[in-house]
Amino acid sequence: MLDRQSDLDHEAGRRDRILRDPAFQTLVRERTSFAWTMSIVMLAVYLVFIGLSAFGKGFMASTIGDSSISWGIVLGLFTIVFAFALTGVYVARANGRFDALTAQIDRDVA
Amino acid sequence: MRLSPFRSAALAAALAATATAAVAAGPDLGATRQSATNWEAIIIFLAFVLLTLGITYRAARTTRSAADFYAAGGSITPGQNALAIAGDFMSAASFLGISALVFTSGFDGLIYSVGFLVGWPIVLFLIAERLRNLGKFTFADVASFRLDQTAIRILSAVGTLTVVAFYLIAQMVGAGSLIKLLFGLPYGYAVAIVGVLMIVYVAFGGMKATTSVQVIKACLLLFGATIMALAVLWHYGFNPNALMADAVKIQPKGAAILGPGGFVADPVSTVSLGLALMFGTAGLPHILMRFFTVRDARAARKSVFYATGIIGYFYVLTFIIGFGAITLLMNDPSFYTVAADGTYNKLTGLIGGGNMPALALSKAVGGSLFYGFIAAVAFATILAVVAGLTLAAASAVSHDLYANVIARGRSNERREVLISKLTAVVIGVIAIVLGYLFETVNVAFMVGLAFAVAASCNFPVLLMSLMWRGTTTRGALVGGLLGLVTAVVMVVLSKGVWVAVFKFHDAIFPYDNPAIFSMPLAFAAIYLVSKSDTSRRAQRERALFEEQFVRAETGIGAAGAHAH
Repeated sequence: MLDRQSDLDHEAGRRDRILRDPAFQTLVRERTSFAWTMSIVMLAVYLVFIGLSAFGKGFMASTIGDSSISWGIVLGLFTIVFAFALTGVYVARANGRFDALTAQIDRDVA
Repeated sequence: MRLSPFRSAALAAALAATATAAVAAGPDLGATRQSATNWEAIIIFLAFVLLTLGITYRAARTTRSAADFYAAGGSITPGQNALAIAGDFMSAASFLGISALVFTSGFDGLIYSVGFLVGWPIVLFLIAERLRNLGKFTFADVASFRLDQTAIRILSAVGTLTVVAFYLIAQMVGAGSLIKLLFGLPYGYAVAIVGVLMIVYVAFGGMKATTSVQVIKACLLLFGATIMALAVLWHYGFNPNALMADAVKIQPKGAAILGPGGFVADPVSTVSLGLALMFGTAGLPHILMRFFTVRDARAARKSVFYATGIIGYFYVLTFIIGFGAITLLMNDPSFYTVAADGTYNKLTGLIGGGNMPALALSKAVGGSLFYGFIAAVAFATILAVVAGLTLAAASAVSHDLYANVIARGRSNERREVLISKLTAVVIGVIAIVLGYLFETVNVAFMVGLAFAVAASCNFPVLLMSLMWRGTTTRGALVGGLLGLVTAVVMVVLSKGVWVAVFKFHDAIFPYDNPAIFSMPLAFAAIYLVSKSDTSRRAQRERALFEEQFVRAETGIGAAGAHAH
C-alpha cells in the first residue's frame, strides 16, 4: 500500500512538472493549432469537392480546353494527392519540431 | 436457366437505381451466377492459403502473452503496418465495386474514392498518436482512460460489435457470391471456407498472423491492379486524354461520364455520405486497433502517412481500371450476354453481373492465367478483411467485456487470450450461419450502416473523451447510444432497407445516409449531458483530464505493447 501511494505521488509530481514545463506548453500550443488548422483545411477542400459534385454538376462535367478531361476528374485526383501531401507536411513537422520538443520534455523531467 | 442472365442484369439495374444505398464500400457484390470451375484461380488461391497457414503456424508458436495476441507485441514496423491498414481498407467491394461504378457512371466512382481517402489525414492529425500514447489493445482503453470502465467499455464493445456485425455479414455474402462466380464453387462452400480460414488465422495466429495475411494480400492486390492500370495506359501510349476521349466515344452515356451523374441524386444524401465515409474511418475498430501494433506514437504517425499514400494510389488505379474497362470491353461482345438479335446492354450486360468490369478487364489484358490471379486475389482480399474484423470483435469481447467488466481486472492473461480465441471461433461460426441466411437478401446497405455507426457512436465518444476536459461518463454514454440508435433506426427506415429489404412502397427516412443527422446529434448530446452533469463522479473525471492530457501529448508513461 505504501509503495503504491509513493508511486502515485511520484506520478502526480511528474505530471505537474510536465504541465509547468515551457517545452510542454510550446508543444501543446503549436501542435494543437497546427493539427486543427490542417484538419480544417482538409475538410474545406473536401467540402468544396463534394459541394461542387452536389450543386455544381455542370462545372464538374465541363472539359478543360480541347481535352476530354473534365474539371471534376482533375479536382477529384487533386483532392487525393492533396490529402496525401497534407499528411506528408504534418509528418515532416512532427518528426522534426514536435519530436524535438517531446525529447526536451523527456530530459526536463528525467 | 435461360432467365438467369436476364435476372442478374435486372438486379444490377435495380441496384444502380437504388443508387447510394450501395454506399460506403461501393455497390455490393450480390447478383451473381455460378460459373464453370476456374482451376487457375483455385490453384493460385490454394498457394495463398498454404503460405498464410504456414505463417499462422509460425505466429502461433511465438504468440504467448496477451500483448502478442492483440497487438503482435508492438513489433510491427510502420511500413508493414501501413500495408496492413491499406489491406484492411482495400476490400473486394472497393476494388470491384468502385471500378464497376466508374465503368457504369464514370466520375461518380471518384466521389467514393475521395471520400474514403480524406478520413486518413483527420485520423493522423487528431487521433493516431494520442491513441497510441493512451491505449494498449482496444480503442475502449483510450475512451475509458479517465471515465467509468464498466459503462464506457460496454458502450465501446457494443459499438465495435455492431460495426463488425454489419461489415462482416456484407463481406460474407460478398465472398459467397463472388466465389460462386469466380471459382465455380457453390455459395455455401465459399462461405464455409472463408469462415473456417478466418477462425484459423485469428484463433491460432492472433494479430501477428492477421497482420501478415493483410500485408501479403495488400501486396498482391497492389501488384495486380498496377499491372492492369499499366496495361490500359500502355494501350493509349500513356496519354490519359486519349483514354478519356475514347471512353466518351464508347460509353453509351457519352460525355456525361465526365461529371456527377444520377448516382448522387440529392445533395443532402451526398454530403451525408461524404461525412460517414470521412469520419467513419476514424471510428472503425479494426482500423483503430492497428495503431497498438507499432512501437510508439512516432511509428503510428508514419504508418498513417504511408497508408494514405498506398490507399490513394490504389484509388487512382481503380479509376484507370474502370475507364480501361469501358474502352477495352464495351465494344467486345465476347464479354457480354448477347441477345438472339445480336444486341447487348453495354452497361449491365457483362457476363457474370455488375461487379465484373475489373475481372473481365484482367482477362482482356492478361488472358485466363492473369484472370485466375486477380480472382484469387479478390478472394484473398475478402479473407484478410474478415480476419481483421474478427480479431477486433474478439478483442472487444475478451479485453473489454470479459477482463475489465465481468472479471474486473481479476482475470489473468492466459484466460483472457483463451476467451478471445473462443470468441473468434464463435464469431466465425455465427458469420458462416448469417452469411448463409443472408444469401438472397440485398445487403448493400450494411457497409454504409457500419460506417454510419462508426461515425456516429465510436468516433464522437473517442474524440470527445480525448479532446474535451468536460466530457463525463454520463455524457459519453448518452451521446454514444443516441448516435448508435439514431444511425441504425434511420438506415432501417431508409430506402436501402425499408424498400429494398422489407418491400414497403415508400421510405420513411428520405435520405440514403444518416450521418449528417446522427453524428452531430451524438456530439451535441455528449456536450449537453456532460455540461449538465454535476455528480461527484463527473468532477473526478474532469480532474483526471490532466493526467490523460500529459500522456496523450507526450507519450510519457505510455504502456508499451509488450508486457512489462
